[in-house]
Amino acid sequence: MRNKTAILVAALTGLHLILLLAGFVAPYDPAAQNRELPYAPPTRLRFEDATGFHLRPFVYASTRVLVGDQAGSYQEDRTRAYPVRFMVRGSTYKLLGLHEAFVHLFGVAEPARILILGTDGYGRDEFSRVLFGGQISVAAGITATFIALLAGGILGSVAGYYGRWIDESLMGVTELFLSLPWLYFLLGVRAFLPLHLSALRTFFLLTGVIGLIGWARPARLVRGIVLSSRNHNYILAARGFGGSDFYILRRHIMPKALGVLITQAALLVPQYIAAEVTLSFFGLGVSEPVPSWGNMLSALEQYSVLVSYGWLLAPAGALIITSVLYGYLADALHSG
Amino acid sequence: MSYLARRLIRAVLLLIGVSALCFLFTEMAPGTFFDEMRLNPQISPETISALRSHYGLDQPLLLRYGRWVKSALHADFGYSIAYNVPVAPLLWSRAKNTLLLTTTALLLTWLISVPLGVWAASMRGGLLDKAVTLLSSFLVSVPELVIAVGLLAAAVRWRILRVGGMMSVDFDGLSTWGKLQDILFHLALPALILVLCETAIIVRHVRASVLEVLDAPYIQAACGFGIKPGRVLFRHVLPVAANTAISLLGFSLAGLLSGSMLVEAVFGWPGLGPLMLEATLSRDLYLVIGGIMFSSLFTLGGGLIADIMLLASDPRIRREGSDAQ
Repeated sequence: MRNKTAILVAALTGLHLILLLAGFVAPYDPAAQNRELPYAPPTRLRFEDATGFHLRPFVYASTRVLVGDQAGSYQEDRTRAYPVRFMVRGSTYKLLGLHEAFVHLFGVAEPARILILGTDGYGRDEFSRVLFGGQISVAAGITATFIALLAGGILGSVAGYYGRWIDESLMGVTELFLSLPWLYFLLGVRAFLPLHLSALRTFFLLTGVIGLIGWARPARLVRGIVLSSRNHNYILAARGFGGSDFYILRRHIMPKALGVLITQAALLVPQYIAAEVTLSFFGLGVSEPVPSWGNMLSALEQYSVLVSYGWLLAPAGALIITSVLYGYLADALHSG
Repeated sequence: MSYLARRLIRAVLLLIGVSALCFLFTEMAPGTFFDEMRLNPQISPETISALRSHYGLDQPLLLRYGRWVKSALHADFGYSIAYNVPVAPLLWSRAKNTLLLTTTALLLTWLISVPLGVWAASMRGGLLDKAVTLLSSFLVSVPELVIAVGLLAAAVRWRILRVGGMMSVDFDGLSTWGKLQDILFHLALPALILVLCETAIIVRHVRASVLEVLDAPYIQAACGFGIKPGRVLFRHVLPVAANTAISLLGFSLAGLLSGSMLVEAVFGWPGLGPLMLEATLSRDLYLVIGGIMFSSLFTLGGGLIADIMLLASDPRIRREGSDAQ
């Protein structure tokens, strides 16, 4: 069991590291449009050409061929091969949002392009957008979880520790929040906020709202733990030695609640990522041109796009990987 | 009886709390329904302020809340600004479609997941058990939106089933049998998605609760007395394990109105979900509040029904209830 947890934690760390270093891993600028390449299919990596087998993969440049007024198809130009190179110079980006950089993990020389997951309707590289969109979506999930656990932890421990009317009234409020249909309520709260906001402000409003709606369940869990350990002898002893309420909560009770809170976090993060994705999918979340998995998926609301350009389902794939890893981690933590 | 009465009073208090919370949020909200109108040069500011006072939006919060409560008691739940009709009939006309979808899904889910969960638990460690555990733990993790979009893509690409809305364009021309068939074909895919997501959750819980009872000493004793495994399972294990299932059924009933919102919006099913989405985008505030109230009503109702069923099925809870009097 412990082994399984370690593997899952390692995989998740790797995933988050890739998302964190999106600028470096992504070959292109996620916002750069290319009107020549709308809905370009994923570029094929090749190892063999007329001269034989190459260890270094290469790609062909492809151009759009218009057939009548159809969207057209893409044709590879096989006269020249463009080998894939590592640590290449490309568009500038800010590493971790701080350091100006222009080195990318991999790339090919212009005019060829390496489009691992094709392009969207504006010719933007889908792979780069999935990485940058993941930054937004996953960060939203983690921030919202942090807010929910912080609020839930504080209110839950206050309720459990002081008991009586504080406990009664706070638990009444948690029941109120738990009986709300949360997606409806989320929509409702979103309805009362201004629709058009800058991406950054939307992000913080959204995570704040998601987190504040979700505080009730962690609060109940923490309250239970605090309540059960409040009258243990070592707590009474600590109080006898003159320990303040805050000290006792922080030093003697919180460590017990930590395990439960971590398991909760593993459960809540994917749930809140899905919440952000859902809201953005409906056009109520982070808006273009900033990519998020939700607003990328909303391009698929048109059936024609859904049928013809399957690679645009990539954000859904990324979401599945993230959610399943978190879900298994929560399972492993819960049972281990 | 007083146990139920107490639950009922609690439910009413919760409903009052939910509505108060909604009104507090509207008070804090910066925008209104008329913001879009204000951008239109053809509509004068006087018209807008006249409309505002017509809908009572210029009144103080407490007065508005009072008027809304009065209208809720008349079963109107306020007035939709966009549709210009009372909220409750509008919600109900859409809620019928939602209920058609969700009750179908609910019945299928429970018909599948309870036997499957019990079966998997009774063959612990077997092939079926492993398959059920693996599949359900995967499905539980995958977000509903992804399942919906994925299945939609498959259905559109291979032209299986009918997607989009609830009826075909030529619906009115069909015979009664044809109409029924058409609705069924449209219903199949959204219902399938709901069933998949719900079954994964319920199977896990049913399996876990049956396993827990199977490990209890009195079950081992029963086996030791030579009672047949089938009889042990049905007579001694299941009645005890039913408590979890009943509480879960309460949650399922609670989600009848609100649980399918996402699927409805993706498939254009003309239920409550798309209506709420529209109301959100146009800031039709009483409609939003009405939708939240409607689905909270179901949530509380589901919990109440689960409580009554638990009371009926479990003598231990009955005794506790009368002790507390």
